[in-house]
Amino acid sequence: MTATQYVGKPVSRVDGRAKVTGAAKYAGEFNVPRLTYGVIVSSTVAKGRITRIDATAALALEGVIEVLTHENTPRLAWLDRSYQDQIAPNGSPFRPLHDDKVVYSGQPVALVVAENFELARYAASLVRVEYAPEPHQTNFDDAMAEAYEPPTGRAGYTPPPKPRGEADQAFADAKYQVSAQYATPTEHHNPMENYATTVAYGEEGKLTVYDKTQGAQNVQAYLASVFSMSSDDVRVISPFVGGGFGSGLRPVYNVFLAVLAARQLKRSVRVSLTRQQMFTFSHRSETRQEVRLGAARDGQLEAIIHEAFADTSTFEDFAEGIVNWSGLLHQCDNVRLEYRIAPMDVYTPADMRAPGATQGTFALECAVDELAHRLGMDPLEFRLKNYAERDQNLDKPFSSKELRECYRQGAERFGWSQRNLEPRSMRRGNRLIGWGMSTGAWEAMQDKAGAKATLHVDGRLIVGSATADIGTGTYTIMTQIAAETLGIPLERVEFQLGDSTLPFSPVEGGSWTAASVGTAVKEVCEALREKLFKLAGKIHDSPLGDATLEDVVFENGEVRLHRDSARGIALTEILRRSDMATLDEEVTAKPKMLEQSGYSRHSHQVTFVEVEVEEDIGMVRVTRVVDAVAGGRILNPKTARSQILGGVVWGISMALHEETLSDHAFGRFMNHNLAEYHIPVNKDIPEIDVIFVHEDDTIVNPLGAKGLGEIGLVGTAAAVANAVFHATGKRVRHLPVTLDKLL
Amino acid sequence: MHASSSLAPPETITLTINGQARQMAVQPWVTLLDALREHLDLTGTKKGCDHGQCGACTVLVDGKRINSCLTLAVMRDGAEITTIEGLAGEDGALHPVQAAFVEHDAFQCGYCTPGQICSIVGMMNEGHARTDEDIRELMSGNLCRCGAYPNIMDAIRQTLRERGEKPASEKNATPIPAYHLAE
Ligand code: FES
Ligand code: FES
Repeated sequence: MTATQYVGKPVSRVDGRAKVTGAAKYAGEFNVPRLTYGVIVSSTVAKGRITRIDATAALALEGVIEVLTHENTPRLAWLDRSYQDQIAPNGSPFRPLHDDKVVYSGQPVALVVAENFELARYAASLVRVEYAPEPHQTNFDDAMAEAYEPPTGRAGYTPPPKPRGEADQAFADAKYQVSAQYATPTEHHNPMENYATTVAYGEEGKLTVYDKTQGAQNVQAYLASVFSMSSDDVRVISPFVGGGFGSGLRPVYNVFLAVLAARQLKRSVRVSLTRQQMFTFSHRSETRQEVRLGAARDGQLEAIIHEAFADTSTFEDFAEGIVNWSGLLHQCDNVRLEYRIAPMDVYTPADMRAPGATQGTFALECAVDELAHRLGMDPLEFRLKNYAERDQNLDKPFSSKELRECYRQGAERFGWSQRNLEPRSMRRGNRLIGWGMSTGAWEAMQDKAGAKATLHVDGRLIVGSATADIGTGTYTIMTQIAAETLGIPLERVEFQLGDSTLPFSPVEGGSWTAASVGTAVKEVCEALREKLFKLAGKIHDSPLGDATLEDVVFENGEVRLHRDSARGIALTEILRRSDMATLDEEVTAKPKMLEQSGYSRHSHQVTFVEVEVEEDIGMVRVTRVVDAVAGGRILNPKTARSQILGGVVWGISMALHEETLSDHAFGRFMNHNLAEYHIPVNKDIPEIDVIFVHEDDTIVNPLGAKGLGEIGLVGTAAAVANAVFHATGKRVRHLPVTLDKLL
Repeated sequence: MHASSSLAPPETITLTINGQARQMAVQPWVTLLDALREHLDLTGTKKGCDHGQCGACTVLVDGKRINSCLTLAVMRDGAEITTIEGLAGEDGALHPVQAAFVEHDAFQCGYCTPGQICSIVGMMNEGHARTDEDIRELMSGNLCRCGAYPNIMDAIRQTLRERGEKPASEKNATPIPAYHLAE
């Protein structure tokens, strides 16, 4: 960066106005002409066969156009491969309306299409589906008997590292030991916007698909392959996404059904899921974990054993990194980590904000707290004593790691030194007060991504990449990077995303977007800068004379000499004098693998939490949080802070509220609505203090940004649980910490 | 719209929406929310649950905040309705709550936002919000899955300050600026 006019500044969201005025259009809001409405009928059994579907009553209603079921849908692509998206796990992806087999409760079994929404919904209630049910398994404690090691090969999945040292021996020999079992429940992403697709049926059957997704190109490729369409005939557009958190990384069945219906009926169709149906695809895997830690009298960590079980579906092997973090977070020479998955009659789990890390770190960081307590040692002091200077999983140095500074600044802000070691030692009136803490890490990834940039002679710069903004601030930070690199005022820059026709971008997830797409935007603007400079040199009487690119600055829409700022030329003038209406450039930015591969690249977090517990009724309230984050360069402190706030709220939610409960008699989720699936409301959330610790990193990517989407969440649930222990002396190892578990 | 003969026929109603009288024929089973979104293309009002559980569909009916998914359009014949599209001035100037939301980054994905903003305007009309705790309580019918609550609180406090109605400050509030960036 030549200057820091925009990058690093707390710029307000460039899409803010659209969002606060209601102008921002989400997938289910493109009201195209002659739209029809599809409503999905969901299976009421968890496993078995459909023996009969009677749609007579539905079809008898005037205005009902069609009822699609497995009996009347056309033959589509045959191979599993055709249904596998960018990040599909190994296995056979679920195919909606494919045959009479039911593989999970809530599975779509019919789509009713009508001229209006209410009619479609009513008609859907009239479709009679008969099943031959088969025994199902939705009880994870029983399913665990069938657990197996997940195959490797899923994009982004790293299996646990090989054991190091002699963990079992070291544990047996350790003077101080903790051996405990932890459990985390099934959770559902539940973004505020329900999944929806509006398919606009165009000339010659060309489809414009407005879809809620975290990857427009991922959906487009899926549709083209499943429906054997030429990729020119299907375009996916997703300008605004009402929350994703991982649920929209893979194509959701509504997009399949909407496209199926549009092609069948040659009409435009909208298919929206109900909130209940938001519980019928993708969830955070349920886990059971055992952690054994051993330490010497002085607090040195001598053994870590972490074994985790998580669920998957019967048709795909969902794999995520749950235990790996236990070999990374603290220095320890004897480590054994194991991870197995067990199939159940549910939909395949999906990545859900800080996937794997948050479940695994909950167990590890609670166990660390238990061990520190046993040692009579301050948990912060314990972590400092066992500070990992090197990534022992990879046996590589960190590209940067300012976790120590996070500990220091976070503790100071929180007032941690005032903490009394003893549980139940602090009170406010009739409430017990507890202070807890924990650590977390997340990988700083960069993936290949493309971007294009077009400078118009009127001074507007349009930059685009097929990524998404799911609330993360992508629109804003990309605009900042482009404005900065070309020295063009922010208001003149427009960033486009969420369109499959834009240059390649990976799905928006894993906290890799700022690094991946941001680097592409930076590089394309640098390339455009060079082009402009060359053009300027060709202009007759160029004010830049024989200057080189190093001699000039791009600022305020002009290119000027460093030494003599009076000599310069407006970028628009360069175009005008060169007789050009526009000037464009496109690049694909790739990570510098060789340079990066020598290092472990991670962001780090420490969370300090205060809770108040009403002793008589066990009610827990989080009253204060300090979250200190080392996340590389902060591109926009305003949107960055929001990312961390969101992560912390999710951590509080995981610790105290969220849990999807199954009725095993039916093999079905019971609390599938927002009244019974608890997430925090305004009253549950206190002031949250976010600290970004300065961290320079030239290895991770040219921007030095590490990504912030997950890191605020990773260790937060553990910090809350640890605070509850400190308040009450009760250790709750099965999330969420609800009042019944405290009484 | 082809209504089936066995179903209730459309009724003609008039809603004054954002100051404009709109006459429309709707079947009785159409909610106010769907009338706005699907019939009038006023998609700023959001649907998060359709069951009165999330607040995304909050609009102002005769100045009072309600969940528009829980009322049928025909029940509101003759009512004055303000949606998110009607809050900014004719000249495009943002309503103070909208402006405060942008400034304080009181949203992320933006999907709960129109409901939050309408709810805040309704809450201010009610006049019960005196302390931070009151506000938190009175705003707890509007879920935000992105977790923007602390910034929503900042935006509300700023708006109240601008109106000369200072909420009593939080008992445990930390006297600390919003974010810290070590240089
Ligand atoms: S959509 Fe009306 S309360 Fe959720
Ligand atoms: S901003 Fe996304 S739900 Fe509130």
